[in-house]
Amino acid sequence: MISIEAVSKRYPDGTVAVDGLSLEIPDRSITVLVGPSGCGKTTTLRMINRMIELSGGRILIDGEDIQHKPVNALRRSMGYVIQNAGLFQHRTIVDNIGTVPRMLGWSKAKARERSMELMERVGLDTSMAKRYPYQLSGGQQQRVGVARALAADPPVLLMDEPFSAVDPVVRRGLQEELLRIQSELGKTIVFVTHDIDEAIRVGDMIAVLRTGGKLAQYAPPDELLSRPADAAVEDFLGADRGIRGLSFFGTEQLPLERNGIVAVDATAAQVAERAADLPQLLVVDVDGRPLGWADAARLRASGARNDTAGLLASGQTFRLGEDSLRVALDCAVLSPTGWAAAVDGEGRAVGVVSQEAIARAIREAHGRRGTAPVDVGAAR
Amino acid sequence: MTIFHFISAFFSDSAHWHGYDGIPTRLVEHIEYSLIALGIAGAVGLPVGLLTGHYGRGGNALALLATAARALPSFGLLVLLFVLMGLSKLPVLIPLVVLAIPPILVTTYEAVRTVDPAPVDAARGMGMHQAKVLFQVELPVALPLILSGLRSAAIQVVSTATIAAYVSFGGVGRYIVDGLYQRNYEKVVGGATLVAALALATLGLFWLMSRFAVSRGVRGVRRP
Amino acid sequence: MNGFFDMPSDLQHSYVGLIGLHLQEALLPVAIGLVLALPVAQLCVRFKWLYPPVLWATTVLYAIPSLAFFVVLIDYTGQTETTVVIPLALYSLVVLVPAIVDGVRSVSPETNAAAVAMGIGPVRRYLQVELPIAVPAIFAGLRVATVSSISLVSVGALIGNQGALGNLLADANLYHRPILAVSSVVTTAVLAILADAALVLIRMLLTPWLPKSARRARRGAGGPAGPDANGDAGDKAGGLPAGGTLGDGTTDVRPTAGSAL
Repeated sequence: MISIEAVSKRYPDGTVAVDGLSLEIPDRSITVLVGPSGCGKTTTLRMINRMIELSGGRILIDGEDIQHKPVNALRRSMGYVIQNAGLFQHRTIVDNIGTVPRMLGWSKAKARERSMELMERVGLDTSMAKRYPYQLSGGQQQRVGVARALAADPPVLLMDEPFSAVDPVVRRGLQEELLRIQSELGKTIVFVTHDIDEAIRVGDMIAVLRTGGKLAQYAPPDELLSRPADAAVEDFLGADRGIRGLSFFGTEQLPLERNGIVAVDATAAQVAERAADLPQLLVVDVDGRPLGWADAARLRASGARNDTAGLLASGQTFRLGEDSLRVALDCAVLSPTGWAAAVDGEGRAVGVVSQEAIARAIREAHGRRGTAPVDVGAAR
Repeated sequence: MTIFHFISAFFSDSAHWHGYDGIPTRLVEHIEYSLIALGIAGAVGLPVGLLTGHYGRGGNALALLATAARALPSFGLLVLLFVLMGLSKLPVLIPLVVLAIPPILVTTYEAVRTVDPAPVDAARGMGMHQAKVLFQVELPVALPLILSGLRSAAIQVVSTATIAAYVSFGGVGRYIVDGLYQRNYEKVVGGATLVAALALATLGLFWLMSRFAVSRGVRGVRRP
Repeated sequence: MNGFFDMPSDLQHSYVGLIGLHLQEALLPVAIGLVLALPVAQLCVRFKWLYPPVLWATTVLYAIPSLAFFVVLIDYTGQTETTVVIPLALYSLVVLVPAIVDGVRSVSPETNAAAVAMGIGPVRRYLQVELPIAVPAIFAGLRVATVSSISLVSVGALIGNQGALGNLLADANLYHRPILAVSSVVTTAVLAILADAALVLIRMLLTPWLPKSARRARRGAGGPAGPDANGDAGDKAGGLPAGGTLGDGTTDVRPTAGSAL
């Protein structure tokens, strides 16, 4: 647990970067500091490893004041990842990753072995070990940066806009990689970004800071999206926060029409057994994979008859239980029929669900969570 | 202390201010030769540098030229030409010009080539033709660096003209060479002071030029 | 080639002996300059306010012709090798300080921040991060200083036969044997080119991490180094901008001792 207690940073010229900030950063989770430029998020991060000395308040790690630790020992107990990675351009990848272990007195062989292990963990081919940073792409360099930070197995990882300098596709990949690594290692991660979408994607807890270094809101992402503390936070979250908030609701509870599916070789009689009140049915192949939508009345009259030519495209499908309500709603909106098709892990259709049913499920889910959208003005 | 004693003795001797061996005559000689050499070198180096830089071609040839010119000992070249050609203006002027061209040429090329491509692109996009792009967009930004090349050349010419006294050339270096020969240390130190002052004056002149000729917007970006 | 290798007896040295003497008088000052430049440059990096005045002083010093330096020193050190070595060491220092400062400053802020965050102390950071990354810039400076120095030793002939290969020039003049002057010029130029090539080679061996194509791209070392460590003052070696490359086929001839190769 990292406890930030009433921390301030004032510069000699009178600028206040951080103003009385208090945060409890839970262990083994990702806490994101997010806000516009000048909100003191990076300053706060750098005060944790004393790259910047605080001018008021204190920071405790597991109850121990960081001021009482030798500064270099403190820093070596925390991994640090920054924009553009900050690799040592004159050292090979394996030597970059092994920097801290070597400083801690590990043998060359052991540091090297650890580097190789970490390269694999962050998704880098170990054949790159002997290369120099300039021979790697931006995304690969960033992976090396993460591996280097993890090298001495520090319990804490500080990440300062680590993925801001790479293009959106690569950034998405790195974010997913981070979540995967985190699920394996369970570090205490403090992550700074100015990108609210990134914050919502990777954060277990999100601290929204406002210009002048004050805390605006500290909440899990779903709560942040559904109940922003004030108009400024709401504005910062952007226009479609309601839709984005659906990312945090599962699809397990969706009322699926399991009867809305027919096999491509079904006879008229078999079709007739299906739900009678559905306007269209999802036609699936012999393995159960969706082929497309067909008019229910026509099928009931003639059977499916292996006729795939007249089908409406089944469009995107969602994986039941794995994808979020947001994905399900997206499928329904994009579907030519207004219905979304749910599939299992193997891609076999398990049921269909209408936009209306999804909308009802959203309201129910909010009710269960206690995160029902409320009027911002009235709430606080 | 002795140095300053020699210096003041040299400059307070009124005999040093008159005639063909007087300070004014020697200074004029020195400056005249330096200006002629610099003028010729500039007339060759500037246009070639501007064009090669603008079109971004010929860099390899210029790099070779630069390396070769750096390796060529100027004093040696001077003496060699004098021994071969005898006493005339040419053995002095040729090395001076040869030595001044590379810094002007190479720096000008590099100055124009390294101009930020974005404004140049924008200018082309606005429909400016080549000459306008070169003179209105590239040149103003490249000017500080071009001036620094000219200054390097100028200082080099002034210094080498000093050594040229050894091969019977006039100029301020005369005092040093004659003084050494006559074992007149006062003259040697006086000459050295004049030479140093001349070099510093050249430096100052270029500093002033860059103050006035370079756009304020550019000065913030590159040190002149 | 009659006379090319036959040295007049008053030089008291064989051809090879003169080369040895020349290299000694030229390289010793560069070595002294480097040893002095490292701490001076580090002071300029640590105390930023110190750099502008140092840069200004180096520009002025570098503008002063070598002959003026030599003759002023005669009063203190006589017509000896030391009189040649001191100014050349000073010129080397003056070229190397901005080169090293720019090199150390070319370490990206991210790399520096990463090093600090890993708990690498200042001494280790200097030796293991800043200095290695500054190697290309330092070598650009070393090349200018070395080539200058080799060329300038000849001027020492003017202050009483202290010019090693330059003394051949005096004899060429004295005995009117042009071949001696040719020998002096060619030998000096070849020595300079070989020394330059050797430095390029050492630099390449020291920096396997440098992108092959980035020598041109790295405008890195932070723009023009100083008003004028611009490679050349006056008689100094036909001093040309640093960074002109030999053998790597690139065109980076930025006029700064600090520019990357």
